[in-house]
Amino acid sequence: MASFPLVSATGMLGSGFRAESLDKAISLGARMIGCDAGSTDPGPGPLATGTCMFSAAAVKRDTEIMMTRAVKAGIPLIMGSAGTSGSDAGLAWMVDIVHQIAREQDLHFKLAVIHSELSREVVRRHLRDGRARALPPSAPLTDADIDAATHIVGMMGVEPIQEALKLGAQIVVAGRSSDTSIFAALPLLEGYAPAVVWHMAKILECGAAAVAVRTAPDCMMAVLHEDSFDVFPLREDYHCTPQSVASHTLYENADPFELKEPSGTLRTNDARYEAISDRAVRVSGSEFVHDPEYTIKLEGVRRVGYSTILMGGVRDPYILAQMDSWLAQLDDNIRTRIRSTIGDRPYEIVTRVYGRDGVMGVLEPQRGSVGGHEAFILWDVISEAQELSRSIATSVSHLAVHNPIPKWHGLISGVAFPYSPPEIDRGPVYEFHLNHVLAPASPTALFRTEYEEL
Amino acid sequence: MATLGDLAKLVRSKNAGPFWLTIDIMFDDAEAYRRARDAEIVNRAAIARLYNRNPADIIVVNHDTALAIKVSFPRPQSSGSKLDSDVYGGQQYAPLLGLEVPG
Repeated sequence: MASFPLVSATGMLGSGFRAESLDKAISLGARMIGCDAGSTDPGPGPLATGTCMFSAAAVKRDTEIMMTRAVKAGIPLIMGSAGTSGSDAGLAWMVDIVHQIAREQDLHFKLAVIHSELSREVVRRHLRDGRARALPPSAPLTDADIDAATHIVGMMGVEPIQEALKLGAQIVVAGRSSDTSIFAALPLLEGYAPAVVWHMAKILECGAAAVAVRTAPDCMMAVLHEDSFDVFPLREDYHCTPQSVASHTLYENADPFELKEPSGTLRTNDARYEAISDRAVRVSGSEFVHDPEYTIKLEGVRRVGYSTILMGGVRDPYILAQMDSWLAQLDDNIRTRIRSTIGDRPYEIVTRVYGRDGVMGVLEPQRGSVGGHEAFILWDVISEAQELSRSIATSVSHLAVHNPIPKWHGLISGVAFPYSPPEIDRGPVYEFHLNHVLAPASPTALFRTEYEEL
Repeated sequence: MATLGDLAKLVRSKNAGPFWLTIDIMFDDAEAYRRARDAEIVNRAAIARLYNRNPADIIVVNHDTALAIKVSFPRPQSSGSKLDSDVYGGQQYAPLLGLEVPG
């Protein structure tokens, strides 16, 4: 019976894995190496600024091991969501690393680079044509959302990667890709069943995350069969159990039984997980339901303003006991002072009180009081310009230090600042604001691929 | 009475994309899992109360093979936005730890 072995180098390119684990996968006949390089987990920063969450040195180390093995073995290497966000800047940064390695290691191959950054005009056209849909909990897409976006990427499915493989690319560096598409593209081309392939891809995308006890990131291997797949780690001291593999469907999903892909939904309700050795698990029984409409998920960021922060601590028990009223009074004083200095230019001050509800904010069930003997306060001043935020922050720090409480008579010094000056400029700050999908003319229509012989 | 924190092998919270938060309550033995599951202490009304959310927005799923109970709901603000204090969503599970599990 036909089978298809493949390996995931690690859960996140740049987080590391053992070279000998990948070598072992190759010796076991792996027919491709895949690696996810991106995520929205680190927040809007990477997409907004085009920077990777890992250093070039870390990414280069992992990439070099994968490239040398793939080229020597003559198998494809597929890396998705390059540079964390998959934006054009992140992709260019990753391609530069691939070029360096090819030059230094004298590696020769056909490279495909798949762009996923979308222009505002392309997204606007889809909106106009009724091809944009909101995902819960967001409101429908508007022109204003699109105009405000500084960067937008579309999350590709398997099709652009498959096209590159069909055209002979051995190394594929893709912009934003669904984590699973990286591992599903080639097996689907080879004719393996979608339900088996997508479920395998979901388990492999995080590397060794689906083992029972993971002490460090590493490779994970799967072998596809006609109606099941086997999954196992390469490190001898790691092992998978039915529970550890099943648990991985929980990871970073809202619903572990319904995993949405551009072309449909993987349903794992009836999946069976069976130990076939003390380290390997066989998975079968999932179902893949094709959706009537093929959709591409968007990720987009907009600039909220420029931020200057202030950090300070409070130890006075009388201030701690009346933190809310003390802050309300401070807020009043700040408003009054700022109106007389800068007038009516809009600004916002976000105040986080660690020791009260700094970590959870509105989700904190115990909000409303400071629990311990000290509190940490983080003030974040956000406005349309850095100089304005800084100017406001200098008033905040001065007013905060001397903000009185009824207990003490005379000028107090109520905040401990660890730094001088206490104001720290953070530059532009961003937020994710697109939670929408587009229904493109075809699965490859939004993605542009460049080829290069190295 | 034992709490969820006593019985679980891992309770964690995480983003499920920038707009959702998800909490996994995982057990390492089937008996503890069934005890927590069958007590139905993790339900939409309880989560809504603890986290000050709308019950209609909350998903609670029991995963018998994974020995896990999963809770998901929309974030009050997207990950890393100006009002957010937990970019990875990693420290939002604590209120569940004290839930008492009868039996």
